[in-house]
Amino acid sequence: MTELCDRTGTDLGAGLASGEFTAVALAESSLARVKAVDERVGAFLTETPQVALERAAELDVYLSTGAPKPDVAGIPIALKDVLTTNGIRTTCGSKILETYVPPYDCTAWTRLSGAGSVLIGKTNCDEFAMGSSNENSAYGPVHNPWDLDTVPGGSSGGSAAAVAAGEVVWALGTDTGGSVRQPAALTGVVGLKPTYGRISRYGLIAFASSLDTVGTFTRSVRDAAVLLVAIAGRDHRDATSLADEPGDYLAGIDRGVKGLRVGVIADAFGEGVQPDVAASVRAAVDRLAALGAEVSEVDLPHAEYALSAYYLIAPSEASSNLARYDGVRYGLREDGDDSIAMMFATRGAGFGPEVKRRIMLGTYALSAGYYEAYYGQAQKVRTLIIQDYAAAFAGVDVLVSPTSPTTAFRIGEKAGDPMAMYLNDIFTIPANLAGVPAISVPCGLDANGLPIGLQLTAPALQEATLFRAAHALESDLGLDLRPPLLAGV
Amino acid sequence: MPVEIDIDHVALLARLDLTADERAELKAQLGAILEHAAKVGEVAADDVVPTTSPNPAVNVLRDDVPEPSITHDAAMQNAPAQAGGRFMVPKIAETGS
Repeated sequence: MTELCDRTGTDLGAGLASGEFTAVALAESSLARVKAVDERVGAFLTETPQVALERAAELDVYLSTGAPKPDVAGIPIALKDVLTTNGIRTTCGSKILETYVPPYDCTAWTRLSGAGSVLIGKTNCDEFAMGSSNENSAYGPVHNPWDLDTVPGGSSGGSAAAVAAGEVVWALGTDTGGSVRQPAALTGVVGLKPTYGRISRYGLIAFASSLDTVGTFTRSVRDAAVLLVAIAGRDHRDATSLADEPGDYLAGIDRGVKGLRVGVIADAFGEGVQPDVAASVRAAVDRLAALGAEVSEVDLPHAEYALSAYYLIAPSEASSNLARYDGVRYGLREDGDDSIAMMFATRGAGFGPEVKRRIMLGTYALSAGYYEAYYGQAQKVRTLIIQDYAAAFAGVDVLVSPTSPTTAFRIGEKAGDPMAMYLNDIFTIPANLAGVPAISVPCGLDANGLPIGLQLTAPALQEATLFRAAHALESDLGLDLRPPLLAGV
Repeated sequence: MPVEIDIDHVALLARLDLTADERAELKAQLGAILEHAAKVGEVAADDVVPTTSPNPAVNVLRDDVPEPSITHDAAMQNAPAQAGGRFMVPKIAETGS
């Protein structure tokens, strides 16, 4: 049965404003869904039912005065557990932060909370956002609501699964190499990675600072625009946040794609791409053409080097960022005879295998004698990829590719092979290296009934173009994206 | 060719205790990953300027206006060990005999 928590945020916002239901009823609906399914899905690391109900009750009192209602007020939300929440445990999916309680909120949550959002809990993720399957969490995997034996993608797997299963209406994740878009694709929801710097990173516990972005999971494109409006903008606590005023992301969303120049990334349909993923994305492109888009093929000649560059740049930055986990000021501390021994022991015991792998990789790439050949060269490749996008966007407004080469794979299937796992991000990584915005929107189901995502990429700060194209596609396809798990709820 | 790595040296730089099994596994895995990553050397000649960040802004300062910050207690609330309002750690230097 469809409950309140299954509806879109836009629809629920109107319902709250008109008095169709209360914020408490909406929060209860969401909490009931968590109770019904999360034992099987494993999306949450920390649930905050009391805070949720208190906030909802306060909002109901406020709304009863006839005060204007912000769009996000009362909408149940989840936050990936790498986003700090004042007084609420934030683990990054790591043993090293198992008991860490931040003394401050991340800016994205400060803005949502100030506008009356209702927090349902903090979601599971790959440890320090490093992974593409959510199997790297120290607290166990997340199960994809479409098939509980498969992964939800990663690293924001819990946020993706929570939205897909209706446990929350929408959620925030983070995207460093595809960690919002790929899990969105694998769970049949909309995943937005905005322009680098569009949303403040303050309180996003750092993985790779030049790549990290806060992103959104929603069940409609319009909801993604609503959520971005609420959190985008300059923040003096993040020196890399952009001063440009956020756009009016909703204004042109219904314009359709007539005359929109769509570039299909020619190389993104070949070897390694599941045939029904390629076919589904191709079919969706045909729909865009039928709706009036001008479709052409484009090349990103250096995209084949993106994965190599990313797996040098991201671990290098991570090895530096994660140096702060030394057992001195917060987090786990293991005993040692002196402070140095304590740090070695703490880090050895507190970090999981993938985090250790990336710290070691980054430390090596930055070490004397290897820096130029690895990190220095990777930064040059980054420049070439930025130039590729600039050349492509001279002729088209948006680029299209699959979001992920495959649909959801089985838990454990790729766990022993880091290179196979890294290939999941082959289509999502270039946008992070260039800092441009991209969105994953569902475009169909594969032969096994698992969701397929299509990725649209636009020039920096052109999120409105993404929403316009994605909304047109979503409206035209009219997919029913209720996972089988919910049939019995 | 997989890249040969002095794993003990890298672990020392990273301040990371690793078991013998972890060292062996990482040596093989990092060697394979770096073999793939070395592809970055095939392109990007000397005349290409490296990109450090998509946002090239430098020396970004906020307005010079005092703001409240977290309290001392809040800053200490996650300390693994503390005494007298300070973080406490095991000895950091040898003491004389």
